[in-house]
Amino acid sequence: MGAGHGHKLHFHGHSLIHRAPAHRKLIALLGFVLLVVATPREWFAMYAVYLMMLGVVIAVSRVPPTYLLKRTVIEVPFVVFALLLPFVAGGPQVEVWGLTLSESGLLAGWGLLVKGTLGVLASLTLAATTEPHDLLAGLERLRLPHLMVQIIGFMVRYLDVVTSQMRRMKVARTSRGFSARNPRHWSVLARSAGALFIRSYERGERVHLAMLSRGYTGRLPVEATTRPTTRPSAVTEHP
Amino acid sequence: MSTPVLDVRGLAYAYPDGHQALFGVDLHVHRGERVALLGPNGAGKTTLVLHLNGILTAGAGSVTVDGLPVEKEHLREIRRRVGVVFQDPDDQLFLGSVRADVAFGPANLGIKGAELERRVTSALEQVGMAEFADRPPHHLSFGQRRRVAVATVLAMEPEILVLDEPSSNLDPASRRELADILRSLDVTVLMVTHDLPYALELCPRSVILSDGSAVADGPTRALLTDDSLMAAHRLELPFGFDPRAVGERP
Repeated sequence: MGAGHGHKLHFHGHSLIHRAPAHRKLIALLGFVLLVVATPREWFAMYAVYLMMLGVVIAVSRVPPTYLLKRTVIEVPFVVFALLLPFVAGGPQVEVWGLTLSESGLLAGWGLLVKGTLGVLASLTLAATTEPHDLLAGLERLRLPHLMVQIIGFMVRYLDVVTSQMRRMKVARTSRGFSARNPRHWSVLARSAGALFIRSYERGERVHLAMLSRGYTGRLPVEATTRPTTRPSAVTEHP
Repeated sequence: MSTPVLDVRGLAYAYPDGHQALFGVDLHVHRGERVALLGPNGAGKTTLVLHLNGILTAGAGSVTVDGLPVEKEHLREIRRRVGVVFQDPDDQLFLGSVRADVAFGPANLGIKGAELERRVTSALEQVGMAEFADRPPHHLSFGQRRRVAVATVLAMEPEILVLDEPSSNLDPASRRELADILRSLDVTVLMVTHDLPYALELCPRSVILSDGSAVADGPTRALLTDDSLMAAHRLELPFGFDPRAVGERP
């Protein structure tokens, strides 16, 4: 993780796309995904157009394409499913390179693959060009219910804390010679997951207490969550 | 003497499961004092702290802050007056940037604009963290996070600063830095700890809490050198540390 900058999906930069307001990027992403999903999968040429549009955005953002492609591995389960479809679906059959495939399955697999990939790439581009903080401010501006924005904010904040706790627990297990090699060991993993849950739950309570102690009344004050438009020269301006 | 900033009288509390944590605690802290609340694990220190700003409500007895009783209708003002810094800074810092976290408390009090900005800046300057204002808290070192946690409370301009185990998990350098900061603050401090050398270093007066009651109150050095008192309440000095051999701080 780069010092001072967001999460693992973020690619630091100052391009036009990086600087665009988060709420516009969110709307653009939503519009794009809806458009892709609504396009009939037989309109093959349209998908080339979408890919080109996305390509232009990525080029402008100066995020290296390999950076994004590496992160598309999240899509793998869907890809496997899409590749299986032509083999398992029924209906009229076609011969492709000596394989007998279902025609509707091929089309369905193609649809899933192309729509999924475009959606994932577009989302990754948003994540790469927008800090989580700005994303939350964008969601807030789009009038997403306040409570949901708060919950997402807490998730972003505590993701690192919880995963590092999980890592420490794993190290502590491994240090005592444990490795989950067969199903008999799963109960240990389940207990660890349970312990992690309880610890996170208790932390949630402590965070809430600390918030109450500073006068929290159920709503995050806007002043605390938005950045001042003019960066104050933090040190000297106010005596 | 003047009205104490913090006046706890006969405070008793039992948890909902029946476990009695406090048995009539008396404690008073006057303006400008730095007092250590000493006690072994499980003495009821944190339970007491949670009463000071009305998170827990007294079963019996009373807590008064600068003349204002800790009761439901005053909670907002009480939480402004009593700033609690919790033990784990990760519990206290939950927003995306240091600035946002420090602004959280005063903004809850309805402070806005330039005044809010002034408070945030001044609080961060007092703990030497002004240049980190725009960093996300989870990218700071533990010692830095603890200092920011202190700033989140200073920004509310409290009458009394309550610190729960301020030295825990700090390396010696961070520990000394925090001590320098606490000494430089012009604010009343109640420091809850079982770090006895730290109490001696920072607080001229100490109160010992043991099994839910305040059992001793006096100059820190006198308490720490009273061997039978110390032994009776499970308080032990670290190996090789002798309060008699430690000089007064200049």
